[in-house]
Amino acid sequence: MTTVAPTTLPAPSRTGVTNKTGGTGSVTWMALPAVFFFIAFGVIPLIGVLALSFTQWDGIGDIHWAGLDSWRTTLNNPGLPHALKVTFEIMILSWAVQTPISILLGVFLASHERYRGVLAVLYFIPVLLSSAAIAVAFKALLDPNFGLGTGLHLDFLNQDWLGKDKLALGVVVFIVSWQFIPFHSLIYQGAVRQLPRSMYEAAEIDGAGRVRQFWSITLPQLKYTIVASSTLMLVGSLTFFDIIFVLTAGGPGDATRTLALDMYKTGFQANLMGPASAIAFILVFVGLALALLLRRIGGGGLADSQMEGA
Amino acid sequence: MATTVSTKIDQTPGVRPTSAHRHPGGSGRNWLGGTAGWIWLLIVMVPIYWIVITSFKTQANYYATNPLQPPGSPTLDNYQLVIENDFIQYFINSAIVTAGTIIPAVVISFMAAFAIVRGNSWFLTGVNGMFLMGLAIPLQATIIPVYLIIIKLKLYDSLLAIILPSIAFAIPLSVLVLTNFIRDVPKELFESMRVDGASEWATLWNLAFPLTRPALVTVSIYNGLAVWNGFLLPLILTQSPGRRTLPLALWTFQGQYGINVPAILASVVLTTLPILILYAIGRRQLLSGLTAGFSK
Repeated sequence: MTTVAPTTLPAPSRTGVTNKTGGTGSVTWMALPAVFFFIAFGVIPLIGVLALSFTQWDGIGDIHWAGLDSWRTTLNNPGLPHALKVTFEIMILSWAVQTPISILLGVFLASHERYRGVLAVLYFIPVLLSSAAIAVAFKALLDPNFGLGTGLHLDFLNQDWLGKDKLALGVVVFIVSWQFIPFHSLIYQGAVRQLPRSMYEAAEIDGAGRVRQFWSITLPQLKYTIVASSTLMLVGSLTFFDIIFVLTAGGPGDATRTLALDMYKTGFQANLMGPASAIAFILVFVGLALALLLRRIGGGGLADSQMEGA
Repeated sequence: MATTVSTKIDQTPGVRPTSAHRHPGGSGRNWLGGTAGWIWLLIVMVPIYWIVITSFKTQANYYATNPLQPPGSPTLDNYQLVIENDFIQYFINSAIVTAGTIIPAVVISFMAAFAIVRGNSWFLTGVNGMFLMGLAIPLQATIIPVYLIIIKLKLYDSLLAIILPSIAFAIPLSVLVLTNFIRDVPKELFESMRVDGASEWATLWNLAFPLTRPALVTVSIYNGLAVWNGFLLPLILTQSPGRRTLPLALWTFQGQYGINVPAILASVVLTTLPILILYAIGRRQLLSGLTAGFSK
C-alpha cells in the first residue's frame, strides 16, 4: 500500500521519484475540491438546520435569536404527531406493497427468456420519469370529472381519489410503488442472478419443488439485498416531496402532510423558518436513526452493502 | 470487477446460461411470477399509453371519446401550445443545470476517490467517513440553510443556485462508487507508473481515468437523472419563469392549462422524451447508472 504522508498539503510533485513509499507527491490535495463543496453545501447546512431552529426568521428579513421558542412551538403543535403518523403510514405501506412485488418481479426477470427481457425494458419506463411528471399525469388521470374512470364509465374507478383522506393516502402509496418497484425489481434481479446454481441443483436432487426452493434458498439468500433495498425504501420515503407536493400539496386537509411537506409549508409558505428548521432537524434525526436501526437488524446497511459491492 | 456494473444488470437475453433456460429462481414454470409479470405490465403500460394517446387528442375529442381509444385524427396542437409556452427555454435551463452539475461533480468526486484510494492519511480517512455519513443523511432536509446560503451569496433565482448544492449532494455516492472501482485497478499498474516517474496527477488521468471510465459513465448517468428530474431545489432557489427547469415548468403548466388535459399530458411527454431517447440508445448504461453502488 502506498504511504503518502500529507500532514501538510504540498502541491503535486512533477519532478520524479521523491517519495520512496508510493506515488510521487501528495494526493491529499485532490480531495479538497470535493471536501470544500460537501462542507459548504452539506455539512454547514446540516449544522445550520440545528442553529436556525433556535432563531426566528421569516425567510427574507433579519435572523433573530429566539432560544427554544421554535422548539416549543413545534413540539406543542398537534401538526407534528400528525405529520409523523402520515410519514410513517406512507413509509410502512409503501414498503409493504413494494417489497413482495419487487422480489416476485425480480425473480421473474432473473430468467433469461427473451420475452422477459422485453417486459423488463417496458417496466423501467416509470423510473425514468420525473416525480413531477408522474404526479401531474396521475392527477389528470384520477380527476373525478375528466379522468380515466369517468371516461370509461367504470364506477369503481370513478372516485374522488384525491379528495378523501384515506383514498389520497392510498393513491400516494400506489403512485410511489408504481414509480419505484421497477428500480427495486432491478436490484433483486441482479441479486437472484448471482445466486449459486449448485444450491438449486442440490435442492432439485433432494426433490424440493419450485415453491420450496424459493422459500428455502432464494429468500434467505436475498437477505442482504432485502435489507439494502428496504433501507433505500424506508429512508428514501422520508424525502418524498415532489410526488405529494404536486399531487395533493399535503391535502385534502392535512391528510398527506408528511414531515417533508410540513417542513416546506411551515418554512416557505407560512414563513416560519425557525419551526421549519426544527422539523427539518427531526427529519434528519428520524432518517439517521432509521438507517442505524436497519443496519443493526440486517447486520449491514446501505453503505456496507455498497462497500462490499460495486 | 470494473466490468461488473455494465454486465450485471443485463436485461437482454443475449448471453444465455449454459443449461438452456433453467436459471436460479426463474424458470418457465414460475406461474406466480409469470402472472405477476403480465399484470405489472398492464399496471405500468395503461397509464403510459393513456398519457401518450391523450396528448394527441383535441380537448373536445378528449371529453367525447373513450379515454383508451386512440384519437381518430391525431393533432399536434397540444405540442405546439407547450413549445410556444417557452418549453425550449426550460429545456435549455434543465440542460445547463444538469451538465453544470455532473461535469464538476464527477471530476471532483473522481479526484477525491483517487486520493482516498492512493493516500492513507488520517485526513483522507476522515474525509471518507464524512462522505459515508452523507449517504445516510436525507440532504433535502437541509434545504432551509441552503436557501439562506444561496441568498447570502446573492445567487438566489439563478441557475447556479441550483447547481452548487446539486454538486454537493452528488458527491457522497459518486465518491463511494468510484473509490470501489479505483481499488480494483491492479497495484502493479500504479507501481509501473511510479517507476516511469509519473506524478500522481498524471497517474490519475492516464491510468485511473481510462480504467474507471465505465464507472464514470455510470455515476454521471445516476447524478444526471437525479438532477434532470429534480424539483425541490429549483422550487425553492428560483423564482422567475426564465429560470424554470422542466419539472418545475410541468407543475406550473398544470396550474396554467387547468382542465386542458391533453396539453398537460403533451408537456409530460415532451419533458420525458429526452430521457426516453437516451434510454433507447443506451439502455444498459442507463440501468446500471440507476443502480449505481448497488450492483455486486
